[in-house]
Amino acid sequence: MERIKTDVVIVGAGPVGLFAVFELGLYDLKCHLIDILDRPGGQCAELYPEKPIYDIPAWPIISGQELTDKLLEQIEPFHPTFHYNRMVTQLTRQADGSFVVTTDENEEFECKVVVIAAGGGSFQPKRPPVPGIEEFEGKSVFYSVRRMDEFRDQDILIVGGGDSALDWTLNLQPIARSLTLVHRRDQFRAAPDSVSKMMKLREEGKINFQIGQVTGIVGRDGQMQGALIKGDKGDVEVAATRMLPFFGLTMKLGPIADWGLNLHENLIPVDTAKFETSEPGIFAIGDINWYPGKLKLILSGFHEAALMTQAAKKIAHPEDRVVFQYTTSSTNLQRKLGVA
Amino acid sequence: MTQITFVAFDGTRYDIDAQNGSTAMENAVRNAVPGIDAECGGACACATCHVYVGEEWKEIVGEPEPMEEDMLDFAYDVRPNSRLSCQIKIRDELDGLVMTVPERQS
Repeated sequence: MERIKTDVVIVGAGPVGLFAVFELGLYDLKCHLIDILDRPGGQCAELYPEKPIYDIPAWPIISGQELTDKLLEQIEPFHPTFHYNRMVTQLTRQADGSFVVTTDENEEFECKVVVIAAGGGSFQPKRPPVPGIEEFEGKSVFYSVRRMDEFRDQDILIVGGGDSALDWTLNLQPIARSLTLVHRRDQFRAAPDSVSKMMKLREEGKINFQIGQVTGIVGRDGQMQGALIKGDKGDVEVAATRMLPFFGLTMKLGPIADWGLNLHENLIPVDTAKFETSEPGIFAIGDINWYPGKLKLILSGFHEAALMTQAAKKIAHPEDRVVFQYTTSSTNLQRKLGVA
Repeated sequence: MTQITFVAFDGTRYDIDAQNGSTAMENAVRNAVPGIDAECGGACACATCHVYVGEEWKEIVGEPEPMEEDMLDFAYDVRPNSRLSCQIKIRDELDGLVMTVPERQS
């Protein structure tokens, strides 16, 4: 297994994780960021890219996506490395005090400092309210398509009315034995082009569309044979050997709970001088941390990133003297930013 | 003040004096009603403040806007009286409103 060596691993590439790259970069700390989403921005990008934020200092109004883009521009001089679509599963300390961070893609990172900037936790697919669905997960029920071949010549049931549901309806229909799309209403919040292509498949009889909700799965030992649907046509059973529910994402604390850190109601308590957790060298900033008076604001996370950096620097580069400087006047800092 | 009630999934009632203009979700969070997660903080972006409005209140509360209807696609166990509590603005007419919290939000 290849092992990447760096100063700092940041868990989470939301606004606070991104700004931490800037603060750490001013102190010559190299960062790798790991995020479960496929792009930077965290909740700003996933939950409200278009929605305005009014409490970012000096930005009377800025959207979640604009804030993400501006932060990426701001940290560009420090060339952070991003690792998307993966979850940090393990965090272990080595004999010399440094850490090994492992992801679910089996990568290893060796670092001196870990910064947890994981917001509300990792985004994970929502599980629909179908009794017993757990025993079919990973065998017949999937929340994403990793290999299309798994779906070839299968009776596919897709549930949902958003872009994911429609994209996979269009992509899988040609290789499926049959495809049923179930949605709770006959309106779709997806790209108009996808909606019209799906409607055409419906008209041509190439897919089966049902209004309703899945209420049960028929099958045994994880192998699905059909699904019960309660809808406008009453209760019906459809043939289905594969099911793909697309109900969006929810946030779960996930493996962070197993890293041996003290927790307070699923949040990580930190001190307010260094924002360090109960484990030296592991810091927590942004929405995921807790201290008396904590406010879950992006601007609080920015402040926490700056203070965390002072402590992280001493751990990562103990031989360096930490000198506090301003970007307005320090040629040294301006050189790092590529402006001097 | 307008009196509203949340009934948690375990049946516990939370009677709350709500300020007009606030949202039902804000009142639930302020009074620690279990089961109202409100992950996105009221941006109508997450469907984790889902409630069932009492049948007799459905018409008075009104229909969800298209944006809310879209978000409800992502809620758990959606019914005809489902609403996102962050989109219900408290006003005089809602005095006595009862909302039930679903088994879970996600």
